[in-house]
Amino acid sequence: MIAAVSALVVAAAAAAHGEGSSGLPQLNPANFAPQLFWLAVSFVILYLILSRSTLPRIGEVLEERRDRVQRDLDAAERFKGETDSALAAYEKALADARQKASSMAKDVRDRLAADTEAERNRVESELAAKISEAEARIAATKSKALASVDDIAAETATAVVGKLLGEDVSPAEVKNALQ
Amino acid sequence: MEQFEIKRIIPLELFGWDISFTNASLFMVLAVVLIPLFYLFAMNRRALVPGRLQSIAELSYEFIANMIKDIVGEGGMKYFPWIFTIFMFILTVNMLGLLPYSFTVTSHIIVTFALAAMVWLVITAIGFMNHGPGFLKLFVPSGVPFWLLPIIVVIELISYLIRPISHSVRLFANMMAGHAMLKVFAGFVVGLGVLGGWAPLVFLVGFTGLELVVAFLQAFIFTVLTCIYLNDAVNMHEH
Repeated sequence: MIAAVSALVVAAAAAAHGEGSSGLPQLNPANFAPQLFWLAVSFVILYLILSRSTLPRIGEVLEERRDRVQRDLDAAERFKGETDSALAAYEKALADARQKASSMAKDVRDRLAADTEAERNRVESELAAKISEAEARIAATKSKALASVDDIAAETATAVVGKLLGEDVSPAEVKNALQ
Repeated sequence: MEQFEIKRIIPLELFGWDISFTNASLFMVLAVVLIPLFYLFAMNRRALVPGRLQSIAELSYEFIANMIKDIVGEGGMKYFPWIFTIFMFILTVNMLGLLPYSFTVTSHIIVTFALAAMVWLVITAIGFMNHGPGFLKLFVPSGVPFWLLPIIVVIELISYLIRPISHSVRLFANMMAGHAMLKVFAGFVVGLGVLGGWAPLVFLVGFTGLELVVAFLQAFIFTVLTCIYLNDAVNMHEH
């Protein structure tokens, strides 16, 4: 800046010398009035145009954009809330379903266990009945067999005696002899 | 210095005052036409997702709005259109002044001083409107030993009264010095001819870029200082 100012001074001096004018045009009071007048006029007009028309327009656009961004942010917030509640509902439904499924599984398991138990009981009792029946039959057969032993013995004895004696012996006699 | 010369395009007079339409007036009016036209064009579609031009328009709006909010707070937003007008006007005339054969409105001390004086008057009025006579406490900083007060009050008063001068000279000197430099080196390019003119030409290209930055920076500084002064008037020493 100092260099600029010194250059300016030199240039100003040269100009004053060379053209023989009365120094800087800036310091000529005759130029003050028209400049002040037109400065006042143009500044006031510019101020009126800017403050009445231009700036409110820009302000409006900026305001609109701010509102719009705010609205979008609010909407995003709302959607996020909705998503969160939907997610919570989904998780609750999932938990419910899981619980229901496990209780159903338990029911089925219990019922199957009960069925199996009943079936087992039935088969067991059936088997027991069969066993006892079989036992009864065996006993009957046994007693019948035992009963037949006397007859067989008598017959055998009759046959043996007949062979030994060489004559027929009545079974009744043999029987009597045996008892 | 003829680039700073005021040329009367249409000589006019009003109640004995010279209000000629000069080349300076032309560039002021050009700024008044170009700024609203740009915004009209840029904000034409009022798109929800802004295009390039609309982005620039919105960026400039929020740039100044944030500057006021940062420095003054929400209480300063009442004066947003005024601050915005100051910034855009100075920025536009600074930039227009960089075009070859154009005229830089802000290279005239009377213009920058008038702007600074307007800022000073408006802000002093705002201060008295907001705080009444209590605004005078601005010159009496709290926590100063009472025997220092006479000196401090005088210093504060002078620094307050001198504000429009420092405020305006900064902008004026920067714009004028930059343009004078451009002119001087452009003169070298022509003077040294095809053989030697390249060096100053290269410098000139770089310097023009620098001047673009300066044109923006000085408009920015003028606006920031306006905000800082406005902060005094709106909030006094609360901040």
